[in-house]
Amino acid sequence: MTDATLNGDGGRPNGSLTTQDDRTKARNRAETRFKAYGLAAILVGIFFLVVLAVSIIRSGSPAFTRTVVDVEFTLSQSEFEAAEEELFKTKAYQSLFISTLKGQLDERGVEVAFDEAAIERLLGKVGGTIREFYTANPDKLGEPVQFELPASSRVDGYFNGRVTRESIQDSRFLMKADLDLVDVLHDAGIMKSSFNWTFITGADAGVDNPGGAGIGASVVGSFFMMLVVLVLSLPIGVAASIYLEEFAPQNRFTDLIEVNISNLAAVPSIVFGILGLAVFIQFMHLPQSAPLVGGLVLTLMTLPTIIISTRASLKAVPPSIRDAALGVGASRMQAVFHHVLPLAMPGILTGTIIGLAQALGETAPLLLIGMVGFVARGYPEGIAAGFTDPNSAMPAQIYTWAARADAGFYEKAWGGIIILLAFLLTMNIIAIILRRRFERRW
Amino acid sequence: MYDTTSEKDVDQKTIKFSARKVQVFYGDTHAIKDVDVDIEDKTVTAFIGPSGCGKSTFLRCLNRMNDTIDICRIEGDIRLDGEDIYDRRVDPVQLRAKVGMVFQKPNPFPKSIYDNVAYGPRIHGLARSKADLDQIVERALRRGALWDEVKDRLHAPGTGLSGGQQQRLCIARAVATEPEVLLMDEPCSALDPIATAQVEELIAELRRDYSVVIVTHSMQQAARVSQKTAFFHLGNLVEFGETGNIFTNPEDKRTESYITGRIG
Ligand SMILES: Nc1ncnc2c1ncn2[C@@H]1O[C@H](COP(=O)(O)OP(=O)(O)OP(=O)(O)O)[C@@H](O)[C@H]1O
Ligand SMILES: [Mg+2]
Repeated sequence: MTDATLNGDGGRPNGSLTTQDDRTKARNRAETRFKAYGLAAILVGIFFLVVLAVSIIRSGSPAFTRTVVDVEFTLSQSEFEAAEEELFKTKAYQSLFISTLKGQLDERGVEVAFDEAAIERLLGKVGGTIREFYTANPDKLGEPVQFELPASSRVDGYFNGRVTRESIQDSRFLMKADLDLVDVLHDAGIMKSSFNWTFITGADAGVDNPGGAGIGASVVGSFFMMLVVLVLSLPIGVAASIYLEEFAPQNRFTDLIEVNISNLAAVPSIVFGILGLAVFIQFMHLPQSAPLVGGLVLTLMTLPTIIISTRASLKAVPPSIRDAALGVGASRMQAVFHHVLPLAMPGILTGTIIGLAQALGETAPLLLIGMVGFVARGYPEGIAAGFTDPNSAMPAQIYTWAARADAGFYEKAWGGIIILLAFLLTMNIIAIILRRRFERRW
Repeated sequence: MYDTTSEKDVDQKTIKFSARKVQVFYGDTHAIKDVDVDIEDKTVTAFIGPSGCGKSTFLRCLNRMNDTIDICRIEGDIRLDGEDIYDRRVDPVQLRAKVGMVFQKPNPFPKSIYDNVAYGPRIHGLARSKADLDQIVERALRRGALWDEVKDRLHAPGTGLSGGQQQRLCIARAVATEPEVLLMDEPCSALDPIATAQVEELIAELRRDYSVVIVTHSMQQAARVSQKTAFFHLGNLVEFGETGNIFTNPEDKRTESYITGRIG
């Protein structure tokens, strides 16, 4: 490097400062290696995160769109009355719909053969939907109405590549010939992809109707559960930790409690589920499948996490701060609430959010208290009384979907995971914002 | 700094703290052994002695700060104005409002300078209004010899001050609550000579109204500020008396060797 390097006798302790002796070189090499390991670890982490995110988004995004047939349909008063006279009323509506569809295809100059059975395979019971609409809105008779009819999950699958002409066999669910009709409708702009609001806002549907299934009801269920968990576990957990850390005498009894809390944190969550079943439902007779019970069970599960992290962050507050407060004549409680707690707050928030996130993603205990595979009744009107109304929760809903045979539900499960992760991300962001708030107050 | 006349009138002063046969144990360690001492009102009492001899421990007994240490056990009798401070009916919080303390290590709250000083007066309800509180804070900071340095940044964090400034902030915080006795554990160990002189001035001023107990490792400081001196050695109170006598004419050999620099 420099002349001094060349002339200096490096390696000896009394060598020039501009040359590195062997020890220094070895130390620097070790440091470089360590930094490389760290960087490698982070890169591996990022890689897996990206793989995870991409695969989730790729598998889950079809759940957010659905194929619909968009048809303008007009029903006159006389047609309505005639259809109501028929023995098979929905059949009558269906033929009216089919003739409209034929007419629209003719208008566009497209020629394709199809029958009622094909329409039923592609769109399900169209007649029923139409009849329901006009019975509910008789004033719409005679006016053109835009109907958006969801196609069956196999049609969805055809558009996102899950179903191909090669992979299917003719069945009562879908014929190869139906796909020609699908192509034609698609080219004519009658069949198209639209955002699936039902998935975001709806409730679970029957096992044969993945298209109508939504996660909305279980989002509400999870939200109510988290509310119960937060309202119960944060104050109870923080109060318990403050008592144990700042006030309780150090003796056998508190040692025992401490050991028990640490053990509770390691208890498998399904055990809490059994406990909840036995205590809250069988003994206290709280309603089954209710977010209230789910919240109580998850509170039990979250408490140890919150207590442990709160105690750790209380312990991390330097004792000199307590001395300072006591020294000017503050009571113990004043010392804790004015000085120790604000300093411990970021840590408490972190622990709480970890606990809540765990609770949000927990499935096992919910299986035992019946919050699973539940088609919420009275949704969305029934939300108001949500704490005691039977409902499902997001992870339980995802579990149910993943366990169903229809491949359409598989997509829904991935879509549900995206919603769940979005929920978690929101919670974490709120926690980070709150933590910043507290940290700015030194 | 203090002439002999002021030392003379020490004799007529009332006794603030009187300790008899005080023993302190940390678990099995016997940290204070059989200490008898009388601390007078309107007097500065200095505790000197080698490191680890129990000066801080004894000081912390006087405002029951040792209560916060689980393994600490205290025996004997300590009276403040004739009342046993370890009586079951005594609320240590009330005691500490009367007996303020400056700790060996500066420990400002992680709040603003203003809030640090205002905290005591606030919780004791000493200020009737915001203006009142402002006045108390300014007076305390002036007495802590810190006002000029921080008057423009009262709302900056107290932890952002230098070590010596933090210690003066802690002194200001302690005097803001107007205690009757002020316990100072090596208040000047982190201060430069100018700040030390200011704190010593403050001690001299406080002495007019209060009783001050100061732990110090500086013989010169003990000689300068105190009227009474107690020499501790290995948990024993070896010698206690007029500062002038201790320094010029110690009775015990250990005292003599300590102040002349042979043990410690
Ligand atoms: N919290 C504690 N737990 C256990 N032992 C302690 C504790 N505090 C002090 N001691 C012990 O008590 C003895 C006296 O300590 P103390 O702090 O009173 O000494 P000191 O005279 O103030 O020393 P220094 O001049 O270094 O501050 C020491 O032997 C010390 O080890
Ligand atoms: Mg000490």
